[in-house]
Amino acid sequence: MDTQQARTAVESAFAEVAPDLGHDDLEDAARLRQDLEIDSFDFLRLVQVIADSTGVDTPEQDYHRLDTVGGFIAYVAEHAR
Amino acid sequence: MSEFRMPALGADMEEGTLVEWMIKPGDVVHKGQLVAAVDTDKSVIDVETFEEGVVTELLAQEGDRLPVGAPLAEIVPTPSSGVQAPAPAGSRPRVSPPVRQFAHRAGIDLADVHGSGEGGAITHADVEHAIGAPPHAESPEPEAAAAPAHAPAAPPPRSSPRARRLAAERGIDLATLTGTGPGGAITEADVGRGEGGGTAPSTAAPPAHPRTPPETPGKRAAGLRRTVGALMARSKKTIPHYYLTSTVDLRAATAWLEATNASRPIAGRLVPAALLLRATSIAARETPEMNGYFTDGRFVPSPRVHLGVVVSLRTGGIIAPAILDADELPVDALMERFRDLVARARAGRLQRAEMTEATITVTNLGDLGVDSVLGVIYPPQVALVGFGRVAEQPWAHDGMVGVRPAVTATLSADHRVSDGMRGARFLSRIDELLQSPGAL
Repeated sequence: MDTQQARTAVESAFAEVAPDLGHDDLEDAARLRQDLEIDSFDFLRLVQVIADSTGVDTPEQDYHRLDTVGGFIAYVAEHAR
Repeated sequence: MSEFRMPALGADMEEGTLVEWMIKPGDVVHKGQLVAAVDTDKSVIDVETFEEGVVTELLAQEGDRLPVGAPLAEIVPTPSSGVQAPAPAGSRPRVSPPVRQFAHRAGIDLADVHGSGEGGAITHADVEHAIGAPPHAESPEPEAAAAPAHAPAAPPPRSSPRARRLAAERGIDLATLTGTGPGGAITEADVGRGEGGGTAPSTAAPPAHPRTPPETPGKRAAGLRRTVGALMARSKKTIPHYYLTSTVDLRAATAWLEATNASRPIAGRLVPAALLLRATSIAARETPEMNGYFTDGRFVPSPRVHLGVVVSLRTGGIIAPAILDADELPVDALMERFRDLVARARAGRLQRAEMTEATITVTNLGDLGVDSVLGVIYPPQVALVGFGRVAEQPWAHDGMVGVRPAVTATLSADHRVSDGMRGARFLSRIDELLQSPGAL
């Protein structure tokens, strides 16, 4: 999956889990917990929505790679078929 | 004759806005039936009636802001309870609450639905049928005479409660929108499109009757901040807090979670908070002095554990709705209920009991990286448990220093009810429970 497709998938996952976040909030450098106030429950739902939409099943030991929006997109781009 | 009044939905509530009636004059209501939605600045809460009878008059309109205790509707007890009721407007078929709610969500007026069930009862299938059918031409209803001043000229379009709320917040007239939901009902998405599209609110027809001005999100956040501030000030003024802190070894809990989650699909995975909530629920059940209410100068312990959980709203402010009977839920069920509660709290849709019946509260700021939190008790509760970040810490054990995952648990408790000794036993019980995660 190219980065643009991954970005679209990640953005729509955020729109579903945290609809109060605007498109402008989702900069690559934005940190999920500190900047976007995504808690562990929201995070689990994000991972779930991404798994449903792209088939990327993120194991727990990779969670740390998903701690920024950019990292999330890169991870999805790398692992989606 | 009895009156349905503006309920007190939380110790801090002084007034509320009636945002939605789920009943109208002539309706038969049953004990426990949801009859109205009330906006408390914190959340929109569905409220049930404790009366059994016929609604004879609505005394408040949607949009009215009223103090706690203000009469909202008159309900006359049904003849079976010994009092002669005026004949309801047309005999109303029986509808079970789930069907009523389904119809309500779909924007279907039950008066338009033909009941095919036993004794003319309206079934789920009847409502589904009505969704497919075009809306009936409005037959003149007797109850319309009761409120002629407010009767809108045209029947309002079908819409879901959330769509109506969103439209009210954004100042959009539903009559200007095209519905894409079942039977042409207006959905949340339609409202969103209406805002982005050409139908600017300024071109919308004025509402049929005056309403309080729609609240902007900023104003709402300010209202919530004020409410939280007033409650916390009252807590600090009236409750003599004492605080205890304990660092809990989470090696066993973390290992158990990793092993459990590794074999589960994402949807079934647990977060550490679920174990912390589970341990707290059990400890609260075992320690009556931490679980209950202090009212009218004395403490009444609660036999049930309704675990309040602090949820931060990204728009600003916090609310602490309760997971009802949390001590009876195994970890998986507790996790599921917590997820659901957080989602509904953020969507602004909670039930009355969830907002008013917490017996003890937990705040978990670990996700934001703080080590510990010494919280303020929610009156009339008498204890608040705080958890910080789950992180690896140097840990001395058997004369050696190693590294273990740990969390700092804190207790803020009410000195009128307990002392540090009891509080310490409560905290150490939480610690003990977390050492055997498989048994939780």
